Amino acid sequence: MGSLFRSEQMTLCQLFLQSEAAYACVSELGELGLVQFRDLNPDVNAFQRKFVNEVRRCDEMERKLRYLEKEIKKDGIPMLDTGDSPEAPQPREMIDLEATFEKLENELREVNQNAEALKRNFLELTELKHILRKTQVFFDEAAPTLSITSVRYMYQMADAHKEEEQVQLLGDEMRANAQAQNLKLGFVAGVILRERLPAFERMLWRACRGNVFLRQAQIESPLEDPSNGDKVFKSVFIIFFQGDQLKTRVKKICEGFRATLYPCPEAPSDRREMAMGVMTRIEDLNTVLGQTQDHRHRVLVAAAKNLKNWFVKVRKIKAIYHTLNLFNLDVTQKCLIAECWVPVLDIETIQLALRRGTERSGSSVPPILNRMQTFENPPTYNRTNKFTKAFQVLIDSYGIASYREMNPAPYTIITFPFLFSVMFGDLGHGSIMALFGLWMILKEKPLAAKKSDNEIWNIFFGGRYIIFLMGAFSMYTGFIYNDIFSKSLNIFGSRWRINYNASTIVENHILQLDPKGADYLQSPYPFGMDPVWQIAPLNKIIFQNAYKMKISIIFGVIHMIFGVMMSLMNYRYFNDKISVLTQFVPQIIFLIFLFFYMTLLMFIKWVRYSAAETGQFSEGCAPSILITFINMVLFKPSEAKGDCSPYMFAGQAYIQKFLVVVALLCVPVMLLAKPIHIMKSRKQAQHQPIMPVENGDAEGGVNQENLARTAEHGGHGEHEEEEMSEIFIHQGIHTIEYVLGSVSHTASYLRLWALSLAHAQLAEVLWNMVLQNALKQKGWMGGVALWAIFAFWGVLTVGILVLMEGLSAFLHTLRLHWVEFQSKFYSGLGYAFTPFSFDVILEQGSSGPVDGGD
Amino acid sequence: MGVVPVIIFTALWGVVGIVLPFLAPKGPNRGIVQCVLMLTAATCWLFWLCCYMAQMNPLIGPRMHANTILIMAREWGNEVDMTGFSPSPDH
Repeated sequence: MGSLFRSEQMTLCQLFLQSEAAYACVSELGELGLVQFRDLNPDVNAFQRKFVNEVRRCDEMERKLRYLEKEIKKDGIPMLDTGDSPEAPQPREMIDLEATFEKLENELREVNQNAEALKRNFLELTELKHILRKTQVFFDEAAPTLSITSVRYMYQMADAHKEEEQVQLLGDEMRANAQAQNLKLGFVAGVILRERLPAFERMLWRACRGNVFLRQAQIESPLEDPSNGDKVFKSVFIIFFQGDQLKTRVKKICEGFRATLYPCPEAPSDRREMAMGVMTRIEDLNTVLGQTQDHRHRVLVAAAKNLKNWFVKVRKIKAIYHTLNLFNLDVTQKCLIAECWVPVLDIETIQLALRRGTERSGSSVPPILNRMQTFENPPTYNRTNKFTKAFQVLIDSYGIASYREMNPAPYTIITFPFLFSVMFGDLGHGSIMALFGLWMILKEKPLAAKKSDNEIWNIFFGGRYIIFLMGAFSMYTGFIYNDIFSKSLNIFGSRWRINYNASTIVENHILQLDPKGADYLQSPYPFGMDPVWQIAPLNKIIFQNAYKMKISIIFGVIHMIFGVMMSLMNYRYFNDKISVLTQFVPQIIFLIFLFFYMTLLMFIKWVRYSAAETGQFSEGCAPSILITFINMVLFKPSEAKGDCSPYMFAGQAYIQKFLVVVALLCVPVMLLAKPIHIMKSRKQAQHQPIMPVENGDAEGGVNQENLARTAEHGGHGEHEEEEMSEIFIHQGIHTIEYVLGSVSHTASYLRLWALSLAHAQLAEVLWNMVLQNALKQKGWMGGVALWAIFAFWGVLTVGILVLMEGLSAFLHTLRLHWVEFQSKFYSGLGYAFTPFSFDVILEQGSSGPVDGGD
Repeated sequence: MGVVPVIIFTALWGVVGIVLPFLAPKGPNRGIVQCVLMLTAATCWLFWLCCYMAQMNPLIGPRMHANTILIMAREWGNEVDMTGFSPSPDH
């Protein structure tokens, strides 16, 4: 049966593949994804395997594809993703693919190189253009009417205005010197990164002792750096200095600051001419650059159409060769031998796939699939669908089930949302959650196609069915708790009536309805909590605590008994009669005689005790169940309270004594029975070395039960090597764990009550402190206030009550399942079945770079 | 009166938990569907039953403010005759 209750039956198979057919067969198996290959040459280094060359070629192809992908992404070209996965191409097609990629890569690299050179050229020209334009301004400023040649002589002219500048620039003596030497003022012009400018200026000042004159102007538009395509801001500068010594110094500094210097003619007419030349060259360059870009774009668009397809093909080829590397070559070199784990149910399908592969490769010899006997533990394979997968993940994150062990996942589908909802019971919050889950389920396909990288979203989306079920169950429990955003619904009509007359009501601030008389209609509200409790703030908590604590324990004990029953299923399946008698029976007796008895007391108390009764069963006589239980375990007689008997039914004292004694007697049975049995059987085995052949009665040939039994037998063989003292210690630990665990786990289920109380109270506080303020406002202001405060209340409701409380309830539920439930039967010592599947490989491959980016 | 809801809800969840599993669609998921239906019915029925039984024989009655009592009486249909009385200001 291919169901989820136990993992699939697996078998180890040996596969003989003809060398020519191996590739095609493995390709078919990869499409199928049902076979887990074992590495048959674990000692062989990865570089010495047979198909290492092919793998390397695939790696190279993948690198080229990634380069293409990067370039395509850089240009923002949409990549065609049809979502279909082409079959792995024949090995001979690999060469074509390689050639195509090689050609594309070279072409692209060439285009990129050209584009970069052109861009560098373009940048230089643009900078020169800016220099010419900006320096013009400087020169114009410096001498509005004079040409640059006259600047040289301006010192002699000793214009009053200029004189000041000269003082700054050269100082008095220098000027005297300069005049004497008929000085010549030179300049350099260039472009520098804007952020470097202050340091550059300071350096110039210091190195030249203030003897240079620097002017700068910012280039407004950012320029593109050709090497990495970043936009950078630059400034034009022009430095005036005098003498060759300063010139070399200035040039050195410019070099040091990576400033690019450009020749700038002195004569304005030359400059104008040059500017014209530069402009025409820029235009020419622009045309060429545009053509280059067009070409690049065309190449990339063509590549983008096929890129995803190529990726799939290359990854498939690589995966196939990786798998072939795991195989053994037989002596004749004609045939490859593989060992693989296979689900027994799928052997037919696998054989069909192998036959298809052989036909495709045109080989005549059919592949051979042999089942092998093994004592090894097979992998655990649970066949899940999109609904059960999330629940299986919850279980697997605790530990992969041992092979063929009971899988808790099918039961978790309901118990998990249910226990969650006991803590989260609120019709309003539940419906928000359920609607969110439902939306994700209905929009499943478009949402899944988006493939978001957002981890939190992926977690929510992966758990959409859990979220929906948790929400739906919370709606049900909210209905029962009669809680909707901390208010109640009065659908069926409250069963409590007001019979007080007007004077009593006016004279008393606080009144309590009497459950004895006509105030209570003597039959409960048919579905859920009576709405009257929501409006009785003075003792609502007292009443609900008593109720919620009881249901927590009731459901907890039932959940644990369910877990112990699962262990029975395991023992029976593995034919472990000894464990049934020595483990399961004492365990279940212990649990039922003590804890299930306590839940029975709760029901008895609900049924028998009533305010309407008089005497023994009146409300004053109702005993505390906790005290009764403690007294029972401690063998203390319960003390009578006034006329009331502390017992709920006749003979309770004797029954309780009997139950406790039997339960306590179970402890030594749990502790000793199994080790003693093992000891005895060992002694027997020593006396008669020929063991009673267990396999004798299994005559069904090679059926799986037989296999399981032999495996079990093998397990026993290992067991016998274990020291007797170790067995005793193990059993002691297990027993202590179970006995103490029963107590602490029962108490642990009280978290159902605690979280439910906290959730209800938090919702109530939020309503009273926030939304109520708005509802109390009068007039049109009230409407405005309500609008604003409702938004605030809504945000807090979703953020705190649904998201945070939901998360906390989720974690508590997870704990209740992992610890309290699964500790009763689940060993979780298996390892997962990881079949060779293209789907998995492709998914990992496409998400791989993204993960790397994180 | 008190028995009617017990019968109705027990029958309802009985149908879900006992009858529907037989009608579960054949196929590889039949076992899961049956398991889901039975567990749903069992948990929901028991949860309802506990709430019902907890209120069956109440040991205490709700304690309320007089104001609440008056509103409750008016809204839930057994109005107190208030002629001649006016609510005291401190309520």
